[in-house]
Amino acid sequence: MVRLLGILIGLGFVLVAAWSLAWGVAAYVSEPHEETVEHRFHQEPRDIAFSFDGPFGKYDRPQLQRGFQVFKEVCASCHGLSFVAFRDLHDLGYGEEEVKAIADQWQIEVPAVDSKTGEASTRKALPADRFPSPYPNEVAARAANRNALPPDLSLITKARHGGAPYIASLLTGYRNPPADLPADSRPGEGLHYNPWFANLNIAMPPPLTADGQVSYADGTNPTREQMAKDVSAFLAWTAEPKLENRKAAGLATLAFLLFATILAYMAYQNIWHGGASRRVRQTGVLDPDNMAKRDEASREAGIAGNP
Amino acid sequence: MSFPWAEEYRPKSGFMRWLDQRLPLPRLVYGAVGGGYPVPRNLNYFWNFGVLAGIALTIQIVTGIILAMHYVPYDQQAFQSVEHIMRDVNQGWLLRYLHANGASFFFIVTYIHIFRGLYYGSYKAPRELVWMLGLVILLLMMATAFMGYVLPWGQMSFWASKVITGLFGAIPLIGEPVQNWLLGGYAPDQPTLNRFFSLHYLLPFVIAGVVILHIWALHIPGSSNPTGVEVKTAQDTVPFHPYYTAKDGFGLGVFLILLAIVTFFAPNYLGHADNYIPANPLSTPSHIVPEWYFWPFYAILRAFTVDFILPAKLWGVLAMFGAIILLFFLPWLDPSPVRSGNYRPRFRQFFWILMLDIVVLGWCGGLPAEEPWVMVSQIATIYYFAHFLIILPILSWTERTEPLPNSISESVLHGEAAESAPADLAGLRPAGAAE
Repeated sequence: MVRLLGILIGLGFVLVAAWSLAWGVAAYVSEPHEETVEHRFHQEPRDIAFSFDGPFGKYDRPQLQRGFQVFKEVCASCHGLSFVAFRDLHDLGYGEEEVKAIADQWQIEVPAVDSKTGEASTRKALPADRFPSPYPNEVAARAANRNALPPDLSLITKARHGGAPYIASLLTGYRNPPADLPADSRPGEGLHYNPWFANLNIAMPPPLTADGQVSYADGTNPTREQMAKDVSAFLAWTAEPKLENRKAAGLATLAFLLFATILAYMAYQNIWHGGASRRVRQTGVLDPDNMAKRDEASREAGIAGNP
Repeated sequence: MSFPWAEEYRPKSGFMRWLDQRLPLPRLVYGAVGGGYPVPRNLNYFWNFGVLAGIALTIQIVTGIILAMHYVPYDQQAFQSVEHIMRDVNQGWLLRYLHANGASFFFIVTYIHIFRGLYYGSYKAPRELVWMLGLVILLLMMATAFMGYVLPWGQMSFWASKVITGLFGAIPLIGEPVQNWLLGGYAPDQPTLNRFFSLHYLLPFVIAGVVILHIWALHIPGSSNPTGVEVKTAQDTVPFHPYYTAKDGFGLGVFLILLAIVTFFAPNYLGHADNYIPANPLSTPSHIVPEWYFWPFYAILRAFTVDFILPAKLWGVLAMFGAIILLFFLPWLDPSPVRSGNYRPRFRQFFWILMLDIVVLGWCGGLPAEEPWVMVSQIATIYYFAHFLIILPILSWTERTEPLPNSISESVLHGEAAESAPADLAGLRPAGAAE
């Protein structure tokens, strides 16, 4: 009965799905299927190696400091970093005083309340503060950027497919639109062609315009490529500040688990296929006849045996 | 519990005897997962996954309770509080990554556990209720996982909650009121987040309760085994402890190694980048997908594209829920007396087609709803329903099965199961002791 009912219901679902399939096939065959413009022109992130790749990867402190400099001098005028505090910069290798100075001299002040009048004001940032937003709110941010909203960069390398290589590719990916780009996909007013951006036209103007845009204190040559890589590494750190703890803990955990699992395997083998010395044949003491005799002997002797 | 030759609990110390007479908790544990539970001696590694699922649930509850100490179920702060856990809470990153990836691994081991049941016919009499309680656990897990995915209040959280609750909106007449009732409003918002948090905290304990029923129901007939032949004598079984506790210990080690590799070295691999963007009701992601473990069902949902008496969306919802509900009827859809796929050659072929079919469904479910993938998912959907509702019932009528071994121990002696306890240690109780 259940089977008959099941076959009927099954036929119902199969037929309806087949009906959908038939329409799908008909449409697929009859309608020309063009590649979308994004499909044709969109580029996958370039294959860029970073020091923090792989299970043993670590951040390159001087590179993070350079990346922070690029962020400070280029990105920070439009983008926030709201999940990162100045005190976190200790991780980049800055000392106590340096962090204090960076917070104190930060170009944007932190919103505060005037302690006498109670009116809204601003004050200089302290190490405990998070990076202040360049705009007081979203409306102001959009108003200053042709209605585009510069995203907060704290998590950007985790919030985009491709991570840090994507960011580096995007920052150096501004091109003149190719000649065969359809007219309706050409960058409009205030947009810029960048094949690494999802819909090809990005509102952000090219941020890294020339080699030497920042001057690195450590003597690294600030090419556009170098600056893009450095700031991408910095943004990988802002998104995943505990990466090094995670990988170190992971290696220790794996070493322990491997050892424990080998022991567990040996225990398992030992219990199931124990040493030949412990092997007792059916004809030995565990033979039913022998056990019966033993139990009888125990009973006669008044010793509590197995019931 | 299950067999007359099950070893009885004997307290080893005065204190345990005292305790046993007042609160026989050690006796319960001994009978459930100790030396007092006789288990078929020929179980293979696929029988490790029930224990692994139990451990995965424990990991989720422990990490989840600690995460809840730091998480804020408030729409303006939920995302921030998750980042606070990642950055400022001691080992918070570990807790959160372990919880997120632990959910994935919970589903991996549960799905393997279910596939094992499908192949070896573990759903058949007398274990129908074990199977059905397991399906109840699966449904509870799905609800819990879905609500947990909403809590970080990222873009995918928000839009997935909108899409999934929108499924209820497809029900005629009462659909929209039900959807609004679930969300606590017309769109996902603070009430949604708060109630999902409450339920996400509650349901794992409900799961734990149903797990107890699942194990209780299992212990009445005892565990199934790869031959599908019932246990006949004490020769067929070994005590759960130490035999299967040792084997589960090894399985647990392998499970934890794999979980650690993903958690520590690719913690975001199974997630979606968009969920690191705070929820924004005004910006729809280009491609809304649930977590990977829902992809096969998501593919079935989207396979129905054309109205046929009922709206296409309603067909999709019916099919998606039906895909799980039909499993409740499996013991009666496939009443073949032969349990194990090892002795059902034709069943075996269809079983592997089904496995491939589910992988294809999962693959399509993760992709955008574009051709030709929709057509592929439609073919796979047709097979899914045909397999359970048409092929299995007919197969159970017409199939010629292979001869079964007379007993588990006979199959072991003939080398049909590579791993088996030696007769000496296993048969501490001789065969004749059954009566």
